[in-house]
Amino acid sequence: MPRSDVGGGILSAAATFRRLDALQAVYARLENRIVVTIMGAVAAELQSIGHRPNFFYLQHAMGLASSMGLGIALSRPERQVVVFDGDGSILMNLGGLTTLARYRPRNLVHVVFDNESLLSVGGFPTATATGSDIAGIAAAAGVPRTATARTLDEFTRAFDEALAAGQLTTIVAKVEAVGPSAYVTGLSLLENRFEFQKYLNSTRAARAAES
Amino acid sequence: MPVSTANSRLIYDALKACGVRLVSALPETWLVHLMRMAEDDPEMILVRLAKEEEGVGISAGAHLAGVQSAMLMQNHGFLASINGIVSCAQLYRIPLLMLISYRGEFGERDPWQTEGGGVTEDLLRALRIPFSYLDNPDHVARRIAKGQTLAASSNKPVALLLCRDLMWEEAF
Repeated sequence: MPRSDVGGGILSAAATFRRLDALQAVYARLENRIVVTIMGAVAAELQSIGHRPNFFYLQHAMGLASSMGLGIALSRPERQVVVFDGDGSILMNLGGLTTLARYRPRNLVHVVFDNESLLSVGGFPTATATGSDIAGIAAAAGVPRTATARTLDEFTRAFDEALAAGQLTTIVAKVEAVGPSAYVTGLSLLENRFEFQKYLNSTRAARAAES
Repeated sequence: MPVSTANSRLIYDALKACGVRLVSALPETWLVHLMRMAEDDPEMILVRLAKEEEGVGISAGAHLAGVQSAMLMQNHGFLASINGIVSCAQLYRIPLLMLISYRGEFGERDPWQTEGGGVTEDLLRALRIPFSYLDNPDHVARRIAKGQTLAASSNKPVALLLCRDLMWEEAF
């Protein structure tokens, strides 16, 4: 990928795996967890693998996927929440990492797919292409567990460890700057929103009935 | 510092009566008693933010997960939240309940607040967000309840402007 704005900055190492491969590798773990993605390639790619009613795609409001995850995690402490974020998105809400760390919900795993670019608008480099380190920022913000995964194996291991750890974790997956052929999918935004709410309410009702 | 504790209590009790169990907030002078009440209440989750816009995402998540929430912010915090309000709350039909302290209006002494007052209502109208004023203790509980009712039935954001006459105890 051309790096015309590098100047004296640090060149990142070339990525060795794709976001789609990472999602495919952990897809089975998502079955009974509450999943929120940000817009763009991650939303389209997760849908291409297979949409489920426990998946919500925040198709705008960049930066707020992690905030939504926090709201859900605080509201449903008995459930595990996974947020699939992007570098462009989290860079718009770095302050949100401090809020995440302040409340450190044990049931939240925050994955940032860092392809060092804003892909869907044409592949423009973000600041992670010139040395900004999101995992480092998250750790310094106070997020108790952080990791950077540079291979598919590192990612799946870090993801499984995060699910088992029961602590707020931010995992940065350094993925290739590739994405789907289309970003608009067949699932309407509002259909997803209402179906997701129904899913969350039905599982809450089921739990209340058991107790 | 003459922020009205009594009227803050009226507002807080009205939020509880509406079923609000999570409040996201960024402190400003007029909100300090409200935030303390939320902090002291074991039945309320208070989320202190770095930037008010985060509260839109938090409320959206809470709402879909079945927990009613409210945002406490200054009108400049509302300005800082606009993209989240439009492209998360409005796009996804989230019934956001926003309590906005109305700074920069008649009686404002702080020069840095004075631009925000003039644009607050125009922005709410431009975004078609229904709003009402809380400027007298007599209507606080009723207007908060009615705001919550409208938010719930429309699945859209609603705002209540906390006015100087209600929040500030000086003579003028």
